[in-house]
Amino acid sequence: MNGRTLGYGLTFVAALIAPWVAYPVFLMTALCFALFACAFNLLLGYAGLMSFGHAMFFGMAGYFFGYVVKTLDLAPELGLLAGVLGAAALGLVTGALAIRRQGIYFAMITLAFAQMIYFFCVQAPFTGGEDGLQGIVRKPLLGGLIPTKDDRVLYYVVLAIFLFGYGAIYRFIHSPFGQVLKAIRDNEQRAVSLGYEADRYKLLAFVLSAALAGLAGATKAMVLQFATLTDVSAATSGEVVLMALVGGLGTITGPVVGAFIIVTMQNYLASAGEFVLVIQGAIFVVIVMAFRKGLVGELTEWWRRRSAPRTEPAD
Amino acid sequence: MAQVALGLVNGAFYAMLSLGLAVIFGMLNVINFTHGAQFMMGAFAAWLLLTQLDVPFWASLILSPLIIGLFGVLIERLMLKRIYHLDHLYGFLLTFGLALIIEGLFQWKWGSGGAPYPAPIRGGTDLGFMVMPTYRLFVVVAALVICLATWYAIERTKFGAYLRAATENPTLVRAFGINVPRLITLTYGLGVGLAALAGVLAAPVQQVSALMGTNLVLVVFAVVVIGGMGSIMGSIVTGFGLGLIEGLTKVVYAPASNTVIFVVMAIVLLVKPAGLFGQTR
Repeated sequence: MNGRTLGYGLTFVAALIAPWVAYPVFLMTALCFALFACAFNLLLGYAGLMSFGHAMFFGMAGYFFGYVVKTLDLAPELGLLAGVLGAAALGLVTGALAIRRQGIYFAMITLAFAQMIYFFCVQAPFTGGEDGLQGIVRKPLLGGLIPTKDDRVLYYVVLAIFLFGYGAIYRFIHSPFGQVLKAIRDNEQRAVSLGYEADRYKLLAFVLSAALAGLAGATKAMVLQFATLTDVSAATSGEVVLMALVGGLGTITGPVVGAFIIVTMQNYLASAGEFVLVIQGAIFVVIVMAFRKGLVGELTEWWRRRSAPRTEPAD
Repeated sequence: MAQVALGLVNGAFYAMLSLGLAVIFGMLNVINFTHGAQFMMGAFAAWLLLTQLDVPFWASLILSPLIIGLFGVLIERLMLKRIYHLDHLYGFLLTFGLALIIEGLFQWKWGSGGAPYPAPIRGGTDLGFMVMPTYRLFVVVAALVICLATWYAIERTKFGAYLRAATENPTLVRAFGINVPRLITLTYGLGVGLAALAGVLAAPVQQVSALMGTNLVLVVFAVVVIGGMGSIMGSIVTGFGLGLIEGLTKVVYAPASNTVIFVVMAIVLLVKPAGLFGQTR
Protein backbone atom coordinates (compact mmCIF):
# COMPACT_ATOMS: atom_id res chain seq x y z
CA MET A 1 0.00 0.00 0.00
CA ASN A 2 1.61 3.26 -1.03
CA GLY A 3 1.32 6.63 0.64
CA ARG A 4 -1.30 7.99 -1.71
CA THR A 5 -3.73 5.09 -1.25
CA LEU A 6 -3.20 5.32 2.48
CA GLY A 7 -3.93 9.03 2.39
CA TYR A 8 -7.15 8.56 0.43
CA GLY A 9 -8.18 5.67 2.73
CA LEU A 10 -7.61 7.70 5.90
CA THR A 11 -9.46 10.69 4.45
CA PHE A 12 -12.39 8.44 3.55
CA VAL A 13 -12.57 6.97 7.06
CA ALA A 14 -12.36 10.47 8.51
CA ALA A 15 -15.19 11.56 6.21
CA LEU A 16 -17.33 8.64 7.44
CA ILE A 17 -16.95 9.44 11.14
CA ALA A 18 -16.90 13.22 10.68
CA PRO A 19 -20.62 13.90 11.39
CA TRP A 20 -20.21 12.41 14.87
CA VAL A 21 -17.36 14.78 15.60
CA ALA A 22 -18.28 17.99 13.82
CA TYR A 23 -21.52 19.81 13.09
CA PRO A 24 -23.11 17.99 10.08
CA VAL A 25 -24.61 21.08 8.41
CA PHE A 26 -21.20 22.75 8.42
CA LEU A 27 -19.64 19.64 6.88
CA MET A 28 -22.33 19.44 4.20
CA THR A 29 -21.88 23.11 3.30
CA ALA A 30 -18.14 22.60 3.07
CA LEU A 31 -18.62 19.53 0.83
CA CYS A 32 -20.91 21.51 -1.50
CA PHE A 33 -18.33 24.28 -1.79
CA ALA A 34 -15.58 21.69 -2.24
CA LEU A 35 -17.43 20.18 -5.21
CA PHE A 36 -18.05 23.70 -6.54
CA ALA A 37 -14.33 24.51 -6.25
CA CYS A 38 -13.39 21.23 -7.96
CA ALA A 39 -15.74 22.03 -10.84
CA PHE A 40 -14.18 25.49 -11.18
CA ASN A 41 -10.71 24.00 -11.02
CA LEU A 42 -11.50 21.45 -13.74
CA LEU A 43 -11.88 24.37 -16.11
CA LEU A 44 -8.91 26.40 -14.92
CA GLY A 45 -6.43 23.66 -14.13
CA TYR A 46 -7.06 21.43 -17.12
CA ALA A 47 -8.42 23.72 -19.81
CA GLY A 48 -6.55 26.85 -18.77
CA LEU A 49 -9.75 28.88 -18.71
CA MET A 50 -10.39 31.02 -15.66
CA SER A 51 -14.06 31.68 -15.18
CA PHE A 52 -14.84 34.58 -12.90
CA GLY A 53 -18.57 33.94 -13.11
CA HIS A 54 -19.05 30.42 -11.82
CA ALA A 55 -21.55 31.63 -9.23
CA MET A 56 -24.15 31.87 -12.00
CA PHE A 57 -24.19 28.07 -12.31
CA PHE A 58 -23.99 27.45 -8.58
CA GLY A 59 -26.67 29.98 -7.69
CA MET A 60 -29.04 29.33 -10.58
CA ALA A 61 -28.98 25.59 -9.84
CA GLY A 62 -30.08 26.44 -6.30
CA TYR A 63 -33.01 28.40 -7.70
CA PHE A 64 -33.90 25.58 -10.12
CA PHE A 65 -33.85 23.12 -7.23
CA GLY A 66 -36.02 25.38 -5.10
CA TYR A 67 -38.46 26.01 -7.93
CA VAL A 68 -38.91 22.30 -8.72
CA VAL A 69 -39.14 21.13 -5.10
CA LYS A 70 -41.03 24.01 -3.52
CA THR A 71 -43.11 25.68 -6.22
CA LEU A 72 -43.80 22.59 -8.38
CA ASP A 73 -43.78 20.28 -5.34
CA LEU A 74 -41.84 17.48 -7.05
CA ALA A 75 -39.27 14.99 -5.74
CA PRO A 76 -35.83 16.30 -4.69
CA GLU A 77 -34.12 13.97 -7.20
CA LEU A 78 -35.89 15.89 -9.96
CA GLY A 79 -34.76 19.11 -8.30
CA LEU A 80 -31.12 18.02 -8.42
CA LEU A 81 -31.56 16.94 -12.02
CA ALA A 82 -33.11 20.31 -12.89
CA GLY A 83 -30.20 22.06 -11.20
CA VAL A 84 -27.61 20.09 -13.14
CA LEU A 85 -29.35 20.32 -16.51
CA GLY A 86 -30.25 23.98 -16.04
CA ALA A 87 -26.67 24.87 -15.16
CA ALA A 88 -25.37 22.83 -18.09
CA ALA A 89 -27.73 24.63 -20.49
CA LEU A 90 -26.65 27.99 -19.12
CA GLY A 91 -23.05 26.84 -19.47
CA LEU A 92 -23.64 25.88 -23.08
CA VAL A 93 -24.95 29.35 -23.99
CA THR A 94 -22.48 31.46 -22.02
CA GLY A 95 -19.58 29.11 -22.76
CA ALA A 96 -20.16 29.20 -26.51
CA LEU A 97 -19.82 32.99 -26.35
CA ALA A 98 -17.04 33.22 -23.78
CA ILE A 99 -14.62 30.81 -25.49
CA ARG A 100 -14.51 33.16 -28.45
CA ARG A 101 -12.01 35.20 -26.46
CA GLN A 102 -9.01 34.04 -24.47
CA GLY A 103 -7.09 34.70 -21.31
CA ILE A 104 -8.06 37.75 -19.38
CA TYR A 105 -10.97 38.59 -21.69
CA PHE A 106 -12.46 35.18 -20.95
CA ALA A 107 -12.44 36.02 -17.24
CA MET A 108 -14.09 39.39 -17.87
CA ILE A 109 -16.76 37.92 -20.15
CA THR A 110 -17.76 35.23 -17.67
CA LEU A 111 -17.80 37.87 -14.94
CA ALA A 112 -20.08 40.06 -17.04
CA PHE A 113 -22.46 37.21 -17.84
CA ALA A 114 -22.65 36.30 -14.17
CA GLN A 115 -23.52 39.91 -13.37
CA MET A 116 -26.25 39.82 -16.02
CA ILE A 117 -27.68 36.65 -14.43
CA TYR A 118 -27.49 38.38 -11.05
CA PHE A 119 -29.53 41.36 -12.29
CA PHE A 120 -31.94 38.92 -13.90
CA CYS A 121 -32.38 37.07 -10.59
CA VAL A 122 -33.05 40.32 -8.73
CA GLN A 123 -36.02 41.02 -11.02
CA ALA A 124 -37.30 37.61 -12.15
CA PRO A 125 -40.50 36.51 -10.38
CA PHE A 126 -39.55 32.89 -9.67
CA THR A 127 -36.44 33.69 -7.63
CA GLY A 128 -38.22 35.64 -4.91
CA GLY A 129 -36.05 38.71 -5.52
CA GLU A 130 -34.28 40.05 -2.44
CA ASP A 131 -35.83 37.40 -0.16
CA GLY A 132 -34.79 34.43 -2.27
CA LEU A 133 -36.57 31.10 -2.00
CA GLN A 134 -37.01 30.32 1.69
CA GLY A 135 -38.20 27.16 3.42
CA ILE A 136 -37.57 24.54 0.77
CA VAL A 137 -38.78 21.52 2.76
CA ARG A 138 -36.45 18.53 2.88
CA LYS A 139 -38.30 15.59 1.37
CA PRO A 140 -37.22 11.95 1.64
CA LEU A 141 -35.07 10.66 -1.19
CA LEU A 142 -35.58 7.57 -3.37
CA GLY A 143 -39.33 7.51 -2.84
CA GLY A 144 -39.13 7.49 0.94
CA LEU A 145 -36.21 5.09 1.43
CA ILE A 146 -33.86 7.74 2.78
CA PRO A 147 -35.30 10.10 5.38
CA THR A 148 -33.42 13.39 5.01
CA LYS A 149 -34.81 15.23 8.02
CA ASP A 150 -31.91 13.80 10.06
CA ASP A 151 -28.77 15.85 9.37
CA ARG A 152 -26.46 12.86 9.72
CA VAL A 153 -28.38 10.76 7.20
CA LEU A 154 -28.40 13.66 4.77
CA TYR A 155 -24.67 14.07 5.34
CA TYR A 156 -24.00 10.64 3.84
CA VAL A 157 -26.19 11.52 0.85
CA VAL A 158 -24.19 14.72 0.33
CA LEU A 159 -20.94 12.79 0.77
CA ALA A 160 -22.08 10.34 -1.91
CA ILE A 161 -22.98 13.21 -4.25
CA PHE A 162 -19.59 14.81 -3.63
CA LEU A 163 -17.74 11.56 -4.28
CA PHE A 164 -19.75 11.07 -7.47
CA GLY A 165 -18.77 14.56 -8.67
CA TYR A 166 -15.17 14.17 -7.59
CA GLY A 167 -14.95 10.76 -9.25
CA ALA A 168 -16.45 12.18 -12.43
CA ILE A 169 -13.81 14.91 -12.52
CA TYR A 170 -11.07 12.35 -11.86
CA ARG A 171 -12.35 10.26 -14.78
CA PHE A 172 -12.51 13.26 -17.13
CA ILE A 173 -8.97 14.31 -16.33
CA HIS A 174 -7.52 10.81 -16.81
CA SER A 175 -9.42 10.07 -19.99
CA PRO A 176 -8.25 10.74 -23.56
CA PHE A 177 -10.58 13.74 -23.43
CA GLY A 178 -8.63 15.14 -20.48
CA GLN A 179 -5.34 14.59 -22.26
CA VAL A 180 -6.51 16.50 -25.33
CA LEU A 181 -7.73 19.26 -23.05
CA LYS A 182 -4.28 19.53 -21.47
CA ALA A 183 -2.67 19.57 -24.91
CA ILE A 184 -4.93 22.48 -25.88
CA ARG A 185 -4.11 24.30 -22.65
CA ASP A 186 -0.38 23.94 -23.21
CA ASN A 187 -0.35 24.77 -26.90
CA GLU A 188 -3.59 25.42 -28.68
CA GLN A 189 -2.11 25.86 -32.16
CA ARG A 190 -0.33 22.55 -31.96
CA ALA A 191 -3.46 20.73 -30.84
CA VAL A 192 -5.43 22.33 -33.68
CA SER A 193 -2.78 21.38 -36.20
CA LEU A 194 -3.03 17.77 -34.96
CA GLY A 195 -6.67 17.86 -35.96
CA TYR A 196 -8.40 18.51 -32.65
CA GLU A 197 -11.23 21.00 -32.67
CA ALA A 198 -10.03 23.06 -29.73
CA ASP A 199 -13.22 25.08 -29.36
CA ARG A 200 -15.39 21.98 -29.13
CA TYR A 201 -13.21 20.52 -26.38
CA LYS A 202 -13.14 23.79 -24.48
CA LEU A 203 -16.90 24.14 -24.72
CA LEU A 204 -17.42 20.58 -23.50
CA ALA A 205 -15.13 21.23 -20.54
CA PHE A 206 -17.05 24.43 -19.81
CA VAL A 207 -20.42 22.64 -19.88
CA LEU A 208 -19.14 19.83 -17.66
CA SER A 209 -17.75 22.31 -15.19
CA ALA A 210 -21.03 24.25 -15.21
CA ALA A 211 -23.06 21.07 -14.69
CA LEU A 212 -20.94 19.99 -11.70
CA ALA A 213 -21.10 23.49 -10.23
CA GLY A 214 -24.87 23.17 -10.70
CA LEU A 215 -24.88 19.84 -8.84
CA ALA A 216 -23.04 21.54 -5.98
CA GLY A 217 -25.45 24.50 -5.95
CA ALA A 218 -28.59 22.33 -6.04
CA THR A 219 -27.21 20.14 -3.25
CA LYS A 220 -26.49 23.20 -1.16
CA ALA A 221 -30.07 24.40 -1.63
CA MET A 222 -31.29 20.96 -0.52
CA VAL A 223 -29.12 21.05 2.60
CA LEU A 224 -29.71 24.62 3.73
CA GLN A 225 -33.32 24.73 2.45
CA PHE A 226 -32.97 28.09 0.78
CA ALA A 227 -31.61 29.73 -2.36
CA THR A 228 -30.58 33.36 -2.24
CA LEU A 229 -29.06 36.13 -4.31
CA THR A 230 -25.73 35.73 -2.50
CA ASP A 231 -25.12 32.47 -4.34
CA VAL A 232 -25.35 34.13 -7.76
CA SER A 233 -23.38 37.24 -6.79
CA ALA A 234 -19.90 38.21 -7.92
CA ALA A 235 -18.74 37.71 -4.33
CA THR A 236 -19.44 33.97 -4.60
CA SER A 237 -17.64 33.83 -7.94
CA GLY A 238 -14.65 35.40 -6.23
CA GLU A 239 -14.90 33.02 -3.28
CA VAL A 240 -14.63 29.92 -5.42
CA VAL A 241 -11.55 31.37 -7.12
CA LEU A 242 -10.10 31.98 -3.67
CA MET A 243 -10.80 28.39 -2.58
CA ALA A 244 -9.05 26.93 -5.60
CA LEU A 245 -6.20 29.42 -5.20
CA VAL A 246 -5.67 28.67 -1.50
CA GLY A 247 -5.62 24.93 -2.12
CA GLY A 248 -3.57 25.13 -5.29
CA LEU A 249 -4.65 25.80 -8.86
CA GLY A 250 -4.47 22.76 -11.07
CA THR A 251 -4.08 20.22 -8.27
CA ILE A 252 -6.95 17.78 -7.91
CA THR A 253 -7.12 17.77 -4.09
CA GLY A 254 -6.26 21.46 -3.65
CA PRO A 255 -9.76 22.89 -4.16
CA VAL A 256 -11.20 20.50 -1.54
CA VAL A 257 -8.62 21.63 1.01
CA GLY A 258 -9.14 25.28 0.04
CA ALA A 259 -12.92 25.00 0.33
CA PHE A 260 -12.71 23.55 3.84
CA ILE A 261 -10.28 26.27 4.91
CA ILE A 262 -12.39 29.13 3.55
CA VAL A 263 -15.71 27.76 4.82
CA THR A 264 -14.20 27.19 8.27
CA MET A 265 -12.79 30.70 8.24
CA GLN A 266 -16.16 32.18 7.32
CA ASN A 267 -17.77 30.17 10.11
CA TYR A 268 -15.42 31.57 12.72
CA LEU A 269 -15.41 35.09 11.35
CA ALA A 270 -19.16 35.35 10.81
CA SER A 271 -19.30 38.08 13.44
CA ALA A 272 -16.45 40.07 11.93
CA GLY A 273 -18.72 41.54 9.21
CA GLU A 274 -16.83 43.56 6.63
CA PHE A 275 -13.56 42.25 7.93
CA VAL A 276 -14.19 38.92 6.23
CA LEU A 277 -13.81 40.79 2.93
CA VAL A 278 -10.58 42.40 4.10
CA ILE A 279 -9.15 39.06 5.20
CA GLN A 280 -10.20 37.35 1.97
CA GLY A 281 -8.60 40.15 -0.01
CA ALA A 282 -5.43 39.88 2.05
CA ILE A 283 -5.28 36.12 1.38
CA PHE A 284 -5.58 36.81 -2.36
CA VAL A 285 -2.72 39.31 -2.21
CA VAL A 286 -0.44 37.12 -0.08
CA ILE A 287 -0.99 34.03 -2.22
CA VAL A 288 -0.45 35.84 -5.52
CA MET A 289 2.66 37.55 -4.19
CA ALA A 290 4.25 34.64 -2.35
CA PHE A 291 2.54 31.22 -2.59
CA ARG A 292 1.25 30.94 -6.12
CA LYS A 293 1.12 27.15 -6.01
CA GLY A 294 -1.31 27.15 -3.08
CA LEU A 295 -1.22 24.93 -0.03
CA VAL A 296 -1.30 21.54 -1.75
CA GLY A 297 1.02 22.68 -4.53
CA GLU A 298 3.63 24.07 -2.11
CA LEU A 299 3.43 20.99 0.13
CA THR A 300 3.87 18.64 -2.82
CA GLU A 301 6.91 20.57 -3.93
CA TRP A 302 8.37 20.63 -0.43
CA TRP A 303 7.83 16.86 -0.21
CA ARG A 304 9.49 16.33 -3.58
CA ARG A 305 12.48 18.49 -2.63
CA ARG A 306 12.83 16.69 0.70
CA SER A 307 12.74 13.22 -0.80
CA ALA A 308 14.71 14.07 -3.93
CA PRO A 309 18.31 13.71 -2.61
CA ARG A 310 17.64 10.18 -1.41
CA THR A 311 16.47 8.82 -4.74
CA GLU A 312 18.87 10.63 -7.03
CA PRO A 313 22.11 11.77 -5.38
CA ALA A 314 23.15 15.22 -6.52
CA ASP A 315 26.69 15.83 -7.59
CA MET B 1 -35.25 62.24 -24.53
CA ALA B 2 -34.58 63.08 -20.90
CA GLN B 3 -33.46 59.50 -20.19
CA VAL B 4 -31.16 59.62 -23.18
CA ALA B 5 -29.47 62.74 -21.85
CA LEU B 6 -29.12 61.10 -18.45
CA GLY B 7 -27.70 58.03 -20.18
CA LEU B 8 -24.94 60.29 -21.46
CA VAL B 9 -23.96 61.05 -17.85
CA ASN B 10 -23.52 57.32 -17.17
CA GLY B 11 -21.72 57.04 -20.49
CA ALA B 12 -19.30 59.74 -19.34
CA PHE B 13 -18.30 57.57 -16.38
CA TYR B 14 -18.06 54.43 -18.50
CA ALA B 15 -15.83 56.27 -20.96
CA MET B 16 -13.50 57.65 -18.29
CA LEU B 17 -13.18 54.35 -16.48
CA SER B 18 -12.73 52.16 -19.55
CA LEU B 19 -10.19 54.67 -20.84
CA GLY B 20 -8.17 54.28 -17.63
CA LEU B 21 -8.41 50.49 -17.84
CA ALA B 22 -7.25 50.54 -21.45
CA VAL B 23 -4.29 52.83 -20.70
CA ILE B 24 -3.20 50.62 -17.79
CA PHE B 25 -3.68 47.38 -19.71
CA GLY B 26 -1.74 48.68 -22.68
CA MET B 27 1.31 49.44 -20.58
CA LEU B 28 1.20 47.01 -17.66
CA ASN B 29 -0.68 44.06 -19.17
CA VAL B 30 -2.78 44.07 -16.02
CA ILE B 31 -6.54 44.34 -15.87
CA ASN B 32 -6.94 46.68 -12.96
CA PHE B 33 -9.77 45.17 -10.90
CA THR B 34 -9.07 47.83 -8.24
CA HIS B 35 -10.40 50.44 -10.68
CA GLY B 36 -13.85 50.51 -9.07
CA ALA B 37 -12.34 50.81 -5.60
CA GLN B 38 -10.09 53.64 -6.78
CA PHE B 39 -13.10 55.39 -8.31
CA MET B 40 -14.81 55.10 -4.91
CA MET B 41 -11.67 56.36 -3.14
CA GLY B 42 -11.64 59.42 -5.39
CA ALA B 43 -15.19 60.24 -4.39
CA PHE B 44 -14.42 59.58 -0.73
CA ALA B 45 -11.31 61.76 -0.82
CA ALA B 46 -13.40 64.64 -2.18
CA TRP B 47 -16.07 64.07 0.46
CA LEU B 48 -13.53 63.91 3.29
CA LEU B 49 -11.71 67.00 2.02
CA LEU B 50 -15.03 68.85 2.00
CA THR B 51 -16.41 67.69 5.34
CA GLN B 52 -13.16 67.62 7.34
CA LEU B 53 -11.07 70.40 5.80
CA ASP B 54 -13.65 72.52 3.97
CA VAL B 55 -11.85 72.07 0.67
CA PRO B 56 -14.23 73.08 -2.13
CA PHE B 57 -15.21 70.77 -5.01
CA TRP B 58 -13.06 72.56 -7.57
CA ALA B 59 -9.89 72.05 -5.55
CA SER B 60 -10.81 68.39 -4.92
CA LEU B 61 -11.07 67.93 -8.64
CA ILE B 62 -7.29 68.29 -8.70
CA LEU B 63 -6.29 67.21 -5.19
CA SER B 64 -8.21 63.95 -4.99
CA PRO B 65 -6.84 62.40 -8.22
CA LEU B 66 -3.35 63.42 -7.09
CA ILE B 67 -3.72 61.73 -3.72
CA ILE B 68 -5.30 58.56 -5.12
CA GLY B 69 -2.86 58.55 -8.03
CA LEU B 70 0.03 58.59 -5.54
CA PHE B 71 -1.62 55.71 -3.73
CA GLY B 72 -1.70 53.90 -7.08
CA VAL B 73 1.99 54.59 -7.60
CA LEU B 74 2.65 53.00 -4.21
CA ILE B 75 0.68 49.87 -5.15
CA GLU B 76 2.54 49.60 -8.44
CA ARG B 77 5.96 49.98 -6.80
CA LEU B 78 5.25 47.59 -3.94
CA MET B 79 3.22 44.87 -5.62
CA LEU B 80 2.27 45.06 -9.27
CA LYS B 81 5.82 45.39 -10.56
CA ARG B 82 6.70 42.04 -9.03
CA ILE B 83 4.17 40.10 -11.08
CA TYR B 84 4.54 41.49 -14.61
CA HIS B 85 6.41 38.38 -15.74
CA LEU B 86 3.48 36.15 -14.76
CA ASP B 87 0.27 35.29 -16.56
CA HIS B 88 -2.29 38.13 -16.83
CA LEU B 89 -4.57 36.23 -14.51
CA TYR B 90 -2.35 36.88 -11.51
CA GLY B 91 -2.60 40.63 -12.00
CA PHE B 92 -6.35 40.25 -12.18
CA LEU B 93 -6.41 38.18 -8.96
CA LEU B 94 -4.04 40.53 -7.13
CA THR B 95 -6.01 43.64 -7.98
CA PHE B 96 -9.25 41.80 -7.15
CA GLY B 97 -7.82 41.05 -3.70
CA LEU B 98 -6.77 44.69 -3.28
CA ALA B 99 -10.28 45.82 -4.21
CA LEU B 100 -11.75 43.52 -1.54
CA ILE B 101 -9.38 44.91 1.08
CA ILE B 102 -10.05 48.54 0.20
CA GLU B 103 -13.82 48.17 -0.05
CA GLY B 104 -13.92 46.10 3.14
CA LEU B 105 -11.96 48.73 5.06
CA PHE B 106 -14.14 51.60 3.80
CA GLN B 107 -17.29 49.64 4.66
CA TRP B 108 -15.95 48.93 8.11
CA LYS B 109 -15.05 52.57 8.75
CA TRP B 110 -18.00 54.34 7.12
CA GLY B 111 -20.66 51.64 6.69
CA SER B 112 -22.28 50.75 3.39
CA GLY B 113 -24.82 53.57 3.44
CA GLY B 114 -24.23 56.62 1.29
CA ALA B 115 -23.31 60.16 2.21
CA PRO B 116 -24.60 63.04 0.07
CA TYR B 117 -22.21 65.47 -1.60
CA PRO B 118 -23.74 68.86 -2.43
CA ALA B 119 -23.69 69.72 -6.13
CA PRO B 120 -21.21 72.53 -6.77
CA ILE B 121 -23.38 73.96 -9.56
CA ARG B 122 -27.03 74.45 -8.83
CA GLY B 123 -29.98 74.98 -11.12
CA GLY B 124 -30.88 73.57 -14.49
CA THR B 125 -30.20 74.37 -18.08
CA ASP B 126 -32.95 74.38 -20.68
CA LEU B 127 -31.74 72.31 -23.60
CA GLY B 128 -34.87 72.96 -25.64
CA PHE B 129 -36.26 69.45 -25.25
CA MET B 130 -35.68 69.13 -21.50
CA VAL B 131 -34.32 70.88 -18.45
CA MET B 132 -31.14 69.16 -17.33
CA PRO B 133 -29.41 69.85 -14.03
CA THR B 134 -26.49 72.07 -15.00
CA TYR B 135 -24.06 69.99 -12.98
CA ARG B 136 -24.84 66.86 -15.01
CA LEU B 137 -24.33 68.78 -18.19
CA PHE B 138 -21.00 69.89 -16.77
CA VAL B 139 -20.08 66.23 -16.04
CA VAL B 140 -20.68 65.21 -19.64
CA VAL B 141 -18.67 68.11 -21.03
CA ALA B 142 -15.87 67.70 -18.48
CA ALA B 143 -15.62 63.96 -19.18
CA LEU B 144 -15.45 64.62 -22.90
CA VAL B 145 -12.68 67.18 -22.39
CA ILE B 146 -10.74 64.86 -20.07
CA CYS B 147 -11.08 61.92 -22.47
CA LEU B 148 -9.98 63.96 -25.47
CA ALA B 149 -7.08 65.44 -23.49
CA THR B 150 -5.94 61.93 -22.57
CA TRP B 151 -6.25 60.85 -26.18
CA TYR B 152 -4.21 63.88 -27.24
CA ALA B 153 -1.56 63.22 -24.60
CA ILE B 154 -1.10 59.64 -25.71
CA GLU B 155 -1.47 59.98 -29.47
CA ARG B 156 0.03 63.41 -30.15
CA THR B 157 2.68 64.30 -27.55
CA LYS B 158 6.26 63.18 -27.05
CA PHE B 159 5.42 61.57 -23.71
CA GLY B 160 2.66 59.63 -25.43
CA ALA B 161 5.03 58.55 -28.16
CA TYR B 162 7.44 57.13 -25.56
CA LEU B 163 4.52 55.39 -23.91
CA ARG B 164 3.30 53.79 -27.12
CA ALA B 165 6.81 52.79 -28.07
CA ALA B 166 7.40 51.21 -24.66
CA THR B 167 4.14 49.28 -25.02
CA GLU B 168 5.34 47.86 -28.33
CA ASN B 169 8.91 47.06 -27.38
CA PRO B 170 10.09 47.93 -23.86
CA THR B 171 13.61 46.53 -24.34
CA LEU B 172 14.34 48.69 -27.36
CA VAL B 173 12.94 51.82 -25.73
CA ARG B 174 15.11 51.10 -22.72
CA ALA B 175 18.14 50.87 -24.95
CA PHE B 176 17.42 54.45 -26.04
CA GLY B 177 17.95 55.54 -22.46
CA ILE B 178 14.35 55.95 -21.42
CA ASN B 179 13.46 54.84 -17.92
CA VAL B 180 10.73 52.33 -18.78
CA PRO B 181 9.94 51.15 -15.23
CA ARG B 182 9.31 54.78 -14.25
CA LEU B 183 7.14 55.22 -17.32
CA ILE B 184 5.10 52.19 -16.25
CA THR B 185 4.68 53.55 -12.74
CA LEU B 186 3.58 56.91 -14.11
CA THR B 187 1.09 55.23 -16.41
CA TYR B 188 -0.50 53.33 -13.55
CA GLY B 189 -0.66 56.52 -11.50
CA LEU B 190 -2.29 58.28 -14.45
CA GLY B 191 -4.87 55.52 -14.94
CA VAL B 192 -5.71 55.46 -11.25
CA GLY B 193 -5.89 59.26 -11.21
CA LEU B 194 -8.42 59.10 -14.05
CA ALA B 195 -10.55 56.68 -12.02
CA ALA B 196 -10.35 58.99 -8.99
CA LEU B 197 -11.26 62.01 -11.14
CA ALA B 198 -14.32 60.14 -12.37
CA GLY B 199 -15.09 59.40 -8.72
CA VAL B 200 -14.95 63.09 -7.78
CA LEU B 201 -17.24 63.97 -10.69
CA ALA B 202 -19.62 61.19 -9.64
CA ALA B 203 -19.77 62.25 -5.98
CA PRO B 204 -22.50 64.90 -6.42
CA VAL B 205 -24.48 62.71 -8.84
CA GLN B 206 -24.52 59.53 -6.76
CA GLN B 207 -24.20 59.02 -3.04
CA VAL B 208 -20.65 58.65 -1.78
CA SER B 209 -20.54 55.08 -0.50
CA ALA B 210 -18.04 52.26 -0.02
CA LEU B 211 -19.74 50.12 -2.66
CA MET B 212 -20.33 52.75 -5.37
CA GLY B 213 -17.58 51.27 -7.54
CA THR B 214 -18.30 47.57 -7.02
CA ASN B 215 -21.02 47.07 -9.61
CA LEU B 216 -19.76 49.85 -11.83
CA VAL B 217 -16.45 48.12 -12.47
CA LEU B 218 -18.28 44.99 -13.66
CA VAL B 219 -20.26 47.02 -16.19
CA VAL B 220 -17.06 48.74 -17.29
CA PHE B 221 -15.47 45.33 -17.90
CA ALA B 222 -18.32 44.56 -20.31
CA VAL B 223 -17.73 47.95 -21.96
CA VAL B 224 -14.06 47.07 -22.35
CA VAL B 225 -14.90 43.68 -23.88
CA ILE B 226 -17.26 45.38 -26.34
CA GLY B 227 -14.81 48.09 -27.34
CA GLY B 228 -11.62 46.08 -27.21
CA MET B 229 -8.68 47.62 -25.41
CA GLY B 230 -6.60 48.29 -28.50
CA SER B 231 -7.69 51.84 -29.13
CA ILE B 232 -8.01 54.91 -26.91
CA MET B 233 -10.64 56.55 -29.10
CA GLY B 234 -12.48 53.21 -29.19
CA SER B 235 -12.85 53.20 -25.41
CA ILE B 236 -14.22 56.74 -25.40
CA VAL B 237 -16.74 56.14 -28.18
CA THR B 238 -17.86 52.79 -26.73
CA GLY B 239 -18.27 54.27 -23.24
CA PHE B 240 -20.50 57.14 -24.34
CA GLY B 241 -22.33 54.94 -26.85
CA LEU B 242 -23.25 52.33 -24.27
CA GLY B 243 -24.42 55.00 -21.85
CA LEU B 244 -26.77 56.20 -24.60
CA ILE B 245 -28.00 52.68 -25.32
CA GLU B 246 -28.65 52.16 -21.62
CA GLY B 247 -30.60 55.42 -21.51
CA LEU B 248 -32.66 54.45 -24.56
CA THR B 249 -33.45 51.06 -23.01
CA LYS B 250 -34.80 52.84 -19.95
CA VAL B 251 -37.35 54.52 -22.21
CA VAL B 252 -38.32 51.41 -24.16
CA TYR B 253 -38.27 48.71 -21.49
CA ALA B 254 -36.99 49.84 -18.11
CA PRO B 255 -36.42 46.44 -16.40
CA ALA B 256 -33.86 45.51 -19.08
CA SER B 257 -31.81 48.68 -18.60
CA ASN B 258 -29.24 47.17 -16.25
CA THR B 259 -28.72 44.05 -18.36
CA VAL B 260 -28.70 45.65 -21.82
CA ILE B 261 -24.93 46.28 -21.83
CA PHE B 262 -24.29 42.58 -21.20
CA VAL B 263 -26.67 41.66 -24.02
CA VAL B 264 -24.77 44.03 -26.33
CA MET B 265 -21.59 42.29 -25.20
CA ALA B 266 -23.02 38.88 -26.16
CA ILE B 267 -24.02 40.18 -29.59
CA VAL B 268 -20.62 41.75 -30.20
CA LEU B 269 -18.94 38.48 -29.21
CA LEU B 270 -21.08 36.67 -31.78
CA VAL B 271 -20.50 39.12 -34.59
CA LYS B 272 -17.04 40.52 -33.97
CA PRO B 273 -15.27 38.51 -31.26
CA ALA B 274 -12.26 40.82 -31.08
CA GLY B 275 -14.42 43.76 -30.01
CA LEU B 276 -15.52 46.76 -32.05
CA PHE B 277 -12.14 48.49 -32.02
CA GLY B 278 -9.89 45.64 -30.97
CA GLN B 279 -7.27 43.60 -32.68
CA THR B 280 -7.08 39.92 -31.81
CA ARG B 281 -4.13 39.07 -29.68
